[in-house]
Amino acid sequence: MSGAEIWHHLLFAISVASMSAGLVFVLAGAIGVIRLPDFYTRMHAAGVTDTLGAELVILGLILQAGDWQTMAKLALVGLLLFLTSPTATHAVANAAHRAGHKPDLAHFKPSHPRDLADEEGKA
Amino acid sequence: MTYSVGLTAVLVLLWLTLSGQYTLSGDYPLVIGFGVLSVVATVALTARMRILDRETVPILPALPLAMYWIWLGREILAANLAVVKLVMKPEIDVEPRLVRVPAEQRSGLGHAVFANSITLTPGTVTIDVEEDGFLIHALDTSFTDPAGFAEMGARSDLASDGKRKVL
Repeated sequence: MSGAEIWHHLLFAISVASMSAGLVFVLAGAIGVIRLPDFYTRMHAAGVTDTLGAELVILGLILQAGDWQTMAKLALVGLLLFLTSPTATHAVANAAHRAGHKPDLAHFKPSHPRDLADEEGKA
Repeated sequence: MTYSVGLTAVLVLLWLTLSGQYTLSGDYPLVIGFGVLSVVATVALTARMRILDRETVPILPALPLAMYWIWLGREILAANLAVVKLVMKPEIDVEPRLVRVPAEQRSGLGHAVFANSITLTPGTVTIDVEEDGFLIHALDTSFTDPAGFAEMGARSDLASDGKRKVL
């Protein structure tokens, strides 16, 4: 085998490893969405799918792309996901918070003067 | 001026990358003409809206931002592994928390970078923006270390230290 062939096979192996790792994280995120107790905690599990899962799959695709133009386009897709996924997550979380959906908390710490004032106002 | 030149350069590079047209033979003059037209129109419209500034064209803080992203990538990797570990335990054992984190960044861009970094890191999500900080939901008490938030806040401030300035 020539050097170029070895390089080609090596890139392919790294690419497959990266995509498989990405799939493991996507699966873990999906399992988390099912297993965690409430809306806000499930959102954190969905974050695993958005960040590491998606980016590892894209990294694997970049390694297999071959020409630089496809690589650059895939990198742009990765950048777009990186920049937009927190915005979407925050929009969903903020909408739930404003609609008055209370997170399921074991303990509420640290208590803030503003929360105490809120509770007194309600009582 | 710096910003319009920078925006033009970035848009030309983006157009060439996405279209793959960079010769002038055959049908290409028409296609390249469309490219030039769209770049000129975009820069002209951006200038007319008076939003050509440090925030819309982050050319000058590009290097600090790139350095910050590399650091943030490591943080995201660590947080992902922590969340996956919690999710995959036979018994779900989490203590979700709502915490307030002070936001002491000097610029609006710094606040945005900090809030988005918190949300991007699995295990913590920015739920609301208050006048002196953010309200954050954390999946477990292990994600609410104030020192970690302080470091991320200081780094996002350094990566985007500019004041918003309208040309």
